[in-house]
Amino acid sequence: MTIDLNHYLVVAAILFTLGVAGIILNRKNIIIILMSVELILLSVNLNLVAFSAFLGDLTGQVFALFILTVAAAEAAIGLAILVTYYRNRGSIAVEDINMMKG
Amino acid sequence: MYFAIVFLPLAGFLIAGLFGRQIGARAAEVITTSFLCGAALLSWVAFSQVALGSTPASVPVIGTWFNVGALQVDWALRIDSLTVVMLIVVTTVSALVHLYSIGYMAEDPSRPRFFAYLSLFTFAMLMLVTADNLVQMFFGWEGVGLASYLLIGFWYEKPSANAAAIKAFVVNRVGDFGFAIGIFLVFYLTNSVAFDTIFAAAPGLAHKNVHVFSHDFDAMMITCLFLFMGAMGKSAQFLLHTWLPDAMEGPTPVSALIHAATMVTAGVFMVARLSPLFEQAPAALSFVTIIGGTTAFFAATVGLVQNDIKRVIAYSTCSQLGYMFVGLGVGGYELGIFHLFTHAFFKALLFLGAGSVIHAMHHEQDMRHMGGLAKKIPFTFWMMTIGTLALTGFPLTAGYFSKDAIIEASYASDRYGAFYAFVLITFAAGLTSFYSWRLVFMTFFGEAHWDAAYTENAGVTSAHGAAAHLEPTNDHASASHGGHGHDDHGHADHGHDDHAHALDPHESPMVMLIPLIVLATGAIFAGLAFRGFFIGEEQANFWKGALFYGPDNHILHEMHEVPAFVSSLPFWMMSGGFLVAAYAYVIKPGAAAGWADTNPLLYKFLLNKWYFDELYNLIFVRPAFWIGRLFWKGGDGAIIDRLGPDGVSALVIDVTRRAVKLQSGYIYHYAFAMLIGVAALMTFYLFGGVR
Repeated sequence: MTIDLNHYLVVAAILFTLGVAGIILNRKNIIIILMSVELILLSVNLNLVAFSAFLGDLTGQVFALFILTVAAAEAAIGLAILVTYYRNRGSIAVEDINMMKG
Repeated sequence: MYFAIVFLPLAGFLIAGLFGRQIGARAAEVITTSFLCGAALLSWVAFSQVALGSTPASVPVIGTWFNVGALQVDWALRIDSLTVVMLIVVTTVSALVHLYSIGYMAEDPSRPRFFAYLSLFTFAMLMLVTADNLVQMFFGWEGVGLASYLLIGFWYEKPSANAAAIKAFVVNRVGDFGFAIGIFLVFYLTNSVAFDTIFAAAPGLAHKNVHVFSHDFDAMMITCLFLFMGAMGKSAQFLLHTWLPDAMEGPTPVSALIHAATMVTAGVFMVARLSPLFEQAPAALSFVTIIGGTTAFFAATVGLVQNDIKRVIAYSTCSQLGYMFVGLGVGGYELGIFHLFTHAFFKALLFLGAGSVIHAMHHEQDMRHMGGLAKKIPFTFWMMTIGTLALTGFPLTAGYFSKDAIIEASYASDRYGAFYAFVLITFAAGLTSFYSWRLVFMTFFGEAHWDAAYTENAGVTSAHGAAAHLEPTNDHASASHGGHGHDDHGHADHGHDDHAHALDPHESPMVMLIPLIVLATGAIFAGLAFRGFFIGEEQANFWKGALFYGPDNHILHEMHEVPAFVSSLPFWMMSGGFLVAAYAYVIKPGAAAGWADTNPLLYKFLLNKWYFDELYNLIFVRPAFWIGRLFWKGGDGAIIDRLGPDGVSALVIDVTRRAVKLQSGYIYHYAFAMLIGVAALMTFYLFGGVR
């Protein structure tokens, strides 16, 4: 069996859905939300690379590298914020973070 | 000179009113009083030139007030005999009252305000009497109404004074409504409000009709009736009289100036000024006669039983105004004005005398707590006696000439209603004599009801309120008494709980007695001196056409041809009233109380002023409150507010409350909402939407 574009796309879609589900269903920990965000970004990356390879256009792969960079920066900043938040509030449980409640 | 007369009081008002705080009370008193004295002197000069001399009537124009279409209104001073008569009355009494007030109000903290108001009143009154058109007259008319309101409510800490001021203002609005309609009608009929034009047009309008509400009315009659409605309000005539007795809440000099001598006579002046119109409307003159007669009788009966010294005089004023209107109504305009002229002297004298009594009694106004004052304040006693003689028409005093002439004229007149008025005012002459002498006897004769000894023996209980009025604690009787040690004029009729010492009535200072002397001179001699000019042989020369007479109006001749018994009737009525009063209050004290006990219904009826206040309360005040409440609570509150601002704001709050509930604050809720939104947009884009 040959591995064609659809397989890549399905895997990327599954990863994306897992990431979204991780954000929505997760009640415990903000770190998991960050991980889910990474997962979503990776699924997008997978899509880009897959299309790039199958269409013979390198632009997509360049874009994937950019996204990786951005993801790394985002993770760093996100974790830093998280640490500060924990220092200030003493908790990073998702249920405890509802200061915006009306 | 005429400008100076009119505008000196205005200058006094501005100086005392705007800079009263800076220049101090004494300066304000001196400035306003001296300005008024100047105006009074100039007025006498003007009087001697225009009325007594031969200076022709003139109309100096100040400028155009406004000019709209056919309606042109000028500021102008109409100087003729009628005006100069009013000028001397107003400025003389006003100057004397200013002078008197320096003494009477000596302890009041806001004297500059008081003198400013007095001057403002004088200015407005002068504008009224010098007006050359109806609109300018209306300006003065409202100006005196304003000043009257301010001065009645001068002691604004007193709720009763505020209520009285509002009452005076509101009742006057009823009359002014009629006056305004009258002015509109005059303009509608003649296309002008200037007196000369109106008077010239009046004869041509004699039998014209106006068509209103699908009825035809006699134009002149209805115009004059509406104009007279204004006069009824201002001059406190029957049905619109209720404000005048309450106006006595104001300081006594104000009562003397505004509510006796000048403002209340504005209605009389207005009818006399508009005599060319009224002459064309016999029906309206009949109405004037009937209202005048009714008022004279009604007010005199109420005056019989009042116990407040000022109220007695107030009802007396009301009654005398009725006389003036009878004089006008039967066509004797001079008679009305002559009575106005003499009445100003003796009624101002009576009021200022009453003020002197009140001053002596430390602001006690209830005559039941007076008595025996003749020995204590002999000067005031004699002045009051002179005023009473003049008022009751003792031969050769001022009232004798003017009042008796009106009674004769009402008998001689064949106008419809004149005989009715004759009967009533003749009877009222007796009543006048009774209540006037009753006042004198209760105040100056008999036992001293203010005396410490009297209070201890008899245990006087105050009839109005249980507060012991004259509590005798002789210990410090004289201690706090050196310089009339009382400072709150504002509590004149609340008794004297705050100075619990026995009274020692004292004569008023000289500055208050001088005006009394001047007015007493007027009360005695004004009739004798001016009778010939006003209503006698020289009247044609004197008035020089300022008052208009129709071709059939010979009342001045006819009144001399009445039977002798009619001429002597007022004298007998006066003597009768005097004897009855003397019997009831001097010869046999207590007789009056006995009469009251045997006729309780009549006594109550009179004491409660024919229940007019109660009646008006029932007919007008309560329904007005009810309607006001209905519109306030029902119309404004329940409909406009509930559907308008309140409803919208409640809706906004409701919606936001729901929106707030959506904000859980959990991040995954927002993420989920976003996801759903993105999914919905994608679905829309892919399957349904815009390609």
